[in-house]
Amino acid sequence: MSDTTAADRLVRMTAAEMADALAAGEITSTALTQAHLDRIAAVDGDVHAFLYVNTDRALETASAVDADRAAGVSLPRLAGVPIGIKDVLVTKGLPTTAGSRILEGWIPPYDSTVASKVREARMPILGKTNMDEFAMGSSTEHSAFGPTHNPWDLDRIPGGSGGGSAAALAAFESPLTIGSDTGGSIRQPAAVTATVGVKPTYGGVSRYGAIALASSLDQLGPCGRTVLDTALLHEVMGGHDPMDATSLREPVAGAVAAALEGASGDLTGVRIGVIKELGGEGYQDGVRQRFEEALDAARRAGAEIVEVSCPSFVYALAAYYLILPAEASSNLAKFDGVRFGLRVERDTIERTMAATRAQGFGDEVKRRVILGTYALSAGYYDAYYGSAQKVRTLIQRDFDAAFARAHVLVSPTAPTTPFKLGERIDDPLAMYLNDVATIPANLAGIPGMSIPAGLAPEDGLPVGFQLLAPAHEDARLYRVGGAIEALLTAAWGGPLSAQAPRLATTTAEVAK
Amino acid sequence: MSSLERADVARLAALARIDMTDSDLDRLSGQLSAIVDAVATLEEVADADVPATSHPIPMANVEREDVVIPSLTPEEALAAAPQAEGGRYRVPQILGEDA
Repeated sequence: MSDTTAADRLVRMTAAEMADALAAGEITSTALTQAHLDRIAAVDGDVHAFLYVNTDRALETASAVDADRAAGVSLPRLAGVPIGIKDVLVTKGLPTTAGSRILEGWIPPYDSTVASKVREARMPILGKTNMDEFAMGSSTEHSAFGPTHNPWDLDRIPGGSGGGSAAALAAFESPLTIGSDTGGSIRQPAAVTATVGVKPTYGGVSRYGAIALASSLDQLGPCGRTVLDTALLHEVMGGHDPMDATSLREPVAGAVAAALEGASGDLTGVRIGVIKELGGEGYQDGVRQRFEEALDAARRAGAEIVEVSCPSFVYALAAYYLILPAEASSNLAKFDGVRFGLRVERDTIERTMAATRAQGFGDEVKRRVILGTYALSAGYYDAYYGSAQKVRTLIQRDFDAAFARAHVLVSPTAPTTPFKLGERIDDPLAMYLNDVATIPANLAGIPGMSIPAGLAPEDGLPVGFQLLAPAHEDARLYRVGGAIEALLTAAWGGPLSAQAPRLATTTAEVAK
Repeated sequence: MSSLERADVARLAALARIDMTDSDLDRLSGQLSAIVDAVATLEEVADADVPATSHPIPMANVEREDVVIPSLTPEEALAAAPQAEGGRYRVPQILGEDA
């Protein structure tokens, strides 16, 4: 029993605390990694955050880190702290599916740049996290391998597409995870699981080896339970990469320094713009209440709150659901049954391709590929893709005007708390509305963050608070997000994540 | 902008190389029509005199040093292929009888 309690204490530490305890020699990476693997064995049957658990190699990394530390070798800050990687990232030697049957069983022959950086940081990789197929979805219900369940209520969605990465944090299966955000797939899961997620500026993190969904929107980012933990991972992931032509040629923003500065809770001189169009009608009462309370806390800490208007945002969802399918239909053409993945053999290559894709793709993927094929087809291109690209310009102009009046912009991250699994699965349009507040940042390429804002009074479920900053100003998110987190955590008497209900554990699997 | 008929979906599925059964077409064409109707609001801005944005952070002439870096061996590249032969990907015939 005392072992269980000690292990429980280990997995509930922040990543920063783990790093400090490892550096001080108070714990070993082997014990820490084993505690997380045990936790996964105990709760992931119910949560299903992981598609693959990398037990042996995670422990090998941990033991090598422990040996180096004992020998006095200088190690990176997060060395020995375990991590989960969204299955959209290619990982050499670890199965990578992007949540799709068409890639089932594929073992990549190379590492994505971010996976290489995680290995260079000496972080044990616990496994690959569940996601909507090719990141198309807001609930993980479109994963070909079954949905992830929200640790706050196992009957509810953990958000998507990165529901596995968010649920793994909320269930204390991993202290850090990596996500990808094309229209909110890092921020919306963070919101509904009371965790933290950041979409960096477009180009801030290399996408080499990330299985592309919509190339003009996709961005990889860090997920954690605290703003500081997320900042630590951001600095591991970010920076210029010659292997990605869209990679920004600038050093990683000072995320950690900004998070530490924010932790003082002082917001004197900070102007926060509330986006008028992302709130009000269509937003759940408890979401609005917790959002307003977080704003009040910021105001009391010295922030000036102004209202800003972004009138073109009403077109954002429509523009997104043309641009994304158009780019996805092109990116997914590589799944043809020739070089990797599934093949359903027919007499010609064309029929083989069509049969392979029919069997390998799920319904949501088929819907979006067909929609994208339509949007790009002769006679419709200007009306659809062309118009959508004009909307991107209008949205960027709205952001420019708003950022002239405020350092950061804020809104609720998602209009509602997590809904029940199955509730919207047959209604694509209702599902798409989850991302109404997160999509504008992707269209404009700017960075965004979601932090916990509390639990909605009517259902006791998590609410997310979104912060947005101008392109290249990711550090502002950590500065202001860190401060609001500090203020709210003080008001709650501890981190919100600690209030998550205890999950039933499969003790038989924990026994050693 | 027009709505999507069942026959349109069948033609698009063929272009996208995805086989569709009758029940697939029944299910997807209704959903796709609803989505196309929803995105039709863009018509309101379609004629606006606004430049298009294709890439959120403008970049031009992205270059890197012309140096040789390690790449996959042929064996690694072929390791995950459904079928390979003689150092190449093996596929069914390219042209059908009617081509």
